[in-house]
Amino acid sequence: MMPEVTTPKIGISGPEHEAKLNELWETKPGILGFFASVDHKEIGIRYIITAFVFLGLGGLEALVMRLQLAGPNLSLLTPSEYNQLFSTHGMTMIFLYAAPILSGFSNYLWPLLLGSRDMAFPRLNALSYWVYLAAGILLYAGFLTGNGPNDGWFNYVPYAERDYNPGLNQDFYSLGMILLGISTTVGAANFVVTAFRTRAPGMSINRVPIMIWGTLTANVANLIVVPAVSLAFFLLWMDRNFGTHFYDPSGGGQVLLWQHLFWIYGHPWVYAIVLPAMGMVSDGLPVFCRRPLVGYALVAFATVATMILGFGVWVHHMFATGLPGLGMSFFSGASFLIVLPSAVSVFAWIATIWHGRPVYRTPFLFFSSMILLFVIGGVSGFMTASVPVDLQLTDTYFVVAHIHYVLIGINVFSVVGGIYFWFPKFTGRMLDERLGKINFWTMFVGFNLAFLPMHLTGLLGMPRRVYTYGAYGGWGPLNLITSIGSFLFAFGLLLLLVNVLKSRKSGDPAGANPWDAYSLEWAVPSPPPPYNFAVIPTVASRHPLWEDRIGEGGIVSTVDRGMLLTEGKQTIGTTAVDAVPDIVLQMAEDSYAPFWLAAGTTIIFVGLLMKSMTLGIIGAVIAALALIAWLWPTVELREREPTHG
Amino acid sequence: MVEHAVSQPRDLPVGPTISQGVGTWGMWTVIATEASLFAYLLFSYFYLGAQGSQGWLLEPHPSLKYALPSTAVALISCAFTWWGVRSVLSGRRSTAVLAFSAALLLGVAFVGLEILDWQSKPYQLGTSSYASIYFVTTGLDLVHWLVGIGIFVFLILWTSLGYFSARRSIVVTASALYWYFVTAIWLAIFATFYVSPYLGFGRWQ
Repeated sequence: MMPEVTTPKIGISGPEHEAKLNELWETKPGILGFFASVDHKEIGIRYIITAFVFLGLGGLEALVMRLQLAGPNLSLLTPSEYNQLFSTHGMTMIFLYAAPILSGFSNYLWPLLLGSRDMAFPRLNALSYWVYLAAGILLYAGFLTGNGPNDGWFNYVPYAERDYNPGLNQDFYSLGMILLGISTTVGAANFVVTAFRTRAPGMSINRVPIMIWGTLTANVANLIVVPAVSLAFFLLWMDRNFGTHFYDPSGGGQVLLWQHLFWIYGHPWVYAIVLPAMGMVSDGLPVFCRRPLVGYALVAFATVATMILGFGVWVHHMFATGLPGLGMSFFSGASFLIVLPSAVSVFAWIATIWHGRPVYRTPFLFFSSMILLFVIGGVSGFMTASVPVDLQLTDTYFVVAHIHYVLIGINVFSVVGGIYFWFPKFTGRMLDERLGKINFWTMFVGFNLAFLPMHLTGLLGMPRRVYTYGAYGGWGPLNLITSIGSFLFAFGLLLLLVNVLKSRKSGDPAGANPWDAYSLEWAVPSPPPPYNFAVIPTVASRHPLWEDRIGEGGIVSTVDRGMLLTEGKQTIGTTAVDAVPDIVLQMAEDSYAPFWLAAGTTIIFVGLLMKSMTLGIIGAVIAALALIAWLWPTVELREREPTHG
Repeated sequence: MVEHAVSQPRDLPVGPTISQGVGTWGMWTVIATEASLFAYLLFSYFYLGAQGSQGWLLEPHPSLKYALPSTAVALISCAFTWWGVRSVLSGRRSTAVLAFSAALLLGVAFVGLEILDWQSKPYQLGTSSYASIYFVTTGLDLVHWLVGIGIFVFLILWTSLGYFSARRSIVVTASALYWYFVTAIWLAIFATFYVSPYLGFGRWQ
C-alpha cells in the first residue's frame, strides 16, 4: 500500500537501518550501473575529473603558445594554427573547465552541505553531466580535425561568418556551444530547486553556507543568460547555413548584435565562474582561521548584489566599438559599482584571518592567496571600467593579464584549495601536506611570474592574439619571463596530479572531520555512504558542528537523531525560506533515460552539423523515447495513482 | 542544559500533491529560461529595427488576417486547458479528456494558422534581417507549440488511463503551466511583430 501522508519516524541510526538505506540508495555495480547512476557524488566526481582533463588540454595548448611567443619572430606555429590554439584554449578553459569544475564541487557537496540525501532532480543531474561530456567531445572533435574555433572564444562577427570563415570551424563551435548550453541550463535548474527545497529542517535561508549562496546566485543567472549565448550561436549558425542576415550588414543585419548577445551572457558568466569559487573560500577559510566568517550576511548580500550589477555591465566589453558616450558612461558607472560588493567579500575574508588563529595548512595557502590574486585582478578590471583607460588597453596583453588573474586567481586557486580541503571527504584519505606546500608555492610563483609582467607587456602596447611579434617593441624579455612562469605553473598543477594519485591509495586516513570543520558534510563518514545521512539532521545555526564551542546557548543542531525515512528512496523537502519540513520527497531510482536522452540529443546535433537528415531522425527518435520513458508518471514517484484496472 | 533541535514533523504528504512538489518548481525554471530566450529574440528584433535604415520593416502595417485568429485560438485553448485541470481535480475524467482534446485541436489549429501566415508573406527567411528575425522567432515559437501538442497527446492518454486524481495531478498542473506560458510568449510576439509597427516602431524616416 502506498501511504499518501506519513509522519516521519524520528530515531537514531543503527547497523540494520544503515543496511536498509544502503540497499535503497546504492548504485548497482558494473558498467550498467555506471551508465544509470544518478548518485550526486558519483556525478560530481565525474564532473571534476572531466573538467580537470579539459584543464590539462587547455593548459597544453597554452604551453605550445608560450613556446611560440617565448621570443620575437619564432615560427613554431603558423598564424592559422595559432588562431585555433588560442581560441580553443579560451573555449576550453572558460566553457569546459571553469564552470563544470564548480558544478562538480557543487554536485558532490550540495546535498552534504544541505543535510539532504540527493539533489532535487537526480536524473537531471545525470543528464547535465552526459550532455556536458558530449559537448566537450563534439567541440574537441572539431579541434582534432582542424575545425576548432578560430575567432577567439568570443567569436566576433563578421570574421565568424561564412564568407570569411568557410570551413566547418564555426559550425562545430556554434553547435557545440548550444549543446553545452543545454547542459548548463538543466544543471542550473537543478541547483536552484535543490537550494530552495531540499535543505535540512531548520536550515533557514540565513543559515546556508556561502558556497550555496554563490552557486545558487550563479545558477539563477545561468538560467537567465545562457539562452543569450545559445541564441547568438544559433543565429550565427543560421546565417552561415541558411542565408539569414542577422549579423550581415548587406541584408540589414547588425554586426554589433553578436557582441550584445554574447556579452549579455558573457559578463554574468564571469560571475558564474567566480561566485561559487568565492563561496568555497568563504566556507573553507574560516575552518583554517578557527573562527566563523566575519560578516556572513554582508557576504551573502554582496554575492547577490555582484550578480545583479553583473547583469548591467556587458557593454564595458564594447567600449571600443563606437557606442554613444551616454550609454558608455552608464555601463562604466555600473562597472565601477561592482567594486563595492567585491570589496565587502575581500574585507570579510581579511577580517576573518585577522581575527582568527590561522593554521597554515595547504588549503589555507590557496584560499588566502586567492584574496591577493582577486585584488590584483579586480584592480585591473576596475581600471578598464574607465572608458578612456579601456580605449588605451583594449586588445592588449593587459586585458589578457586581467582575465587570467580573475580566472586563475579566483577560480583555479580556490578549486585547488578546494581539492586539498575536500579530498579527504571524497576519498577518506588526506593529500600529502609537504607535497601540497611545494605544490602551492610552485603554482603561486609560476602564476605570478607568468602574469604579473604581462600587465607591463600590455602597457607597452603588445596586442593580444598575434601569433608572433618583432624585436622592436622590447616585448621579448617580458614574453620569455611569461613563458618560463607558465611552465612553472603547469609543473605546479602536475604536482597536484602526482599528489592526488599518490594519496588516493596511500594517504593518511582522514576520518569524518579531519580539519575539525563546522558544516554538515563533515558530520558523515569519508567517503560518505550512498545515502549521505543515515538520519536527516536538524540545523539550529550556521555552524552545526561548532556549536559546542561557539556556545550561543539555546538550541543546538542534531546530526545523530532525526527522521529515518526508510520507506523507499526518500529525503525531506522543506519550505523555501524557513526550511520547515513540508513534503516527503520520493527520489528517482537509477535510470538509463538521461544517458539515452543525451545520446539522442548529441546525434541530432551531429546530424545538424553534417546536414544529415537520417542522423537527425535517428537522434530525435532516441531522444523522444528516452524522454517518454523518463517522464512517464510512475507510482513509485507518486506522480500518479495506481491504476484500478 | 542545552536543548537539541530535532524537527518534530507533523503529517507530511508523500510525493507531490496537486501542484505542490518540486516538479512545479522545475517547470518554473523551464519558464524562466525559455522566457529569457524569447526576451533575447525580441531584443534582437528591436535592436535590428532601431539600428536599421528606412524600409527595414518589410511590412509597415503587418496583416492581422491570420495572427488575430491565432491569438484568439491560443487564448481559447488556455480556457479549455484550465477547464481540463479543474475536471481532473474534481475527478471528472471524461470531461478532462474532452477539454484537453479541445485544447490540443486548438493547438493544431494555431500551428496551421501560423503556417498559412508564413505562406502569405511576400518575403522569405533570407530576404533581409527583418525576414530572418520574423521567421526565426515565430519558428522557435512554433517549436514550443509542437512540444505542447506532444504533451497534450500524452496527457490525454494518461488521463484516460486514470492515472490522475484530485491528489496526484502534478503532471497535469505542470503541463498546463507550460501551455499558459507558451500562450503568453505568443502574446509577446504578437505585440512585438504585429502591433508595435502600428504604434510607430520601425516606421520612422
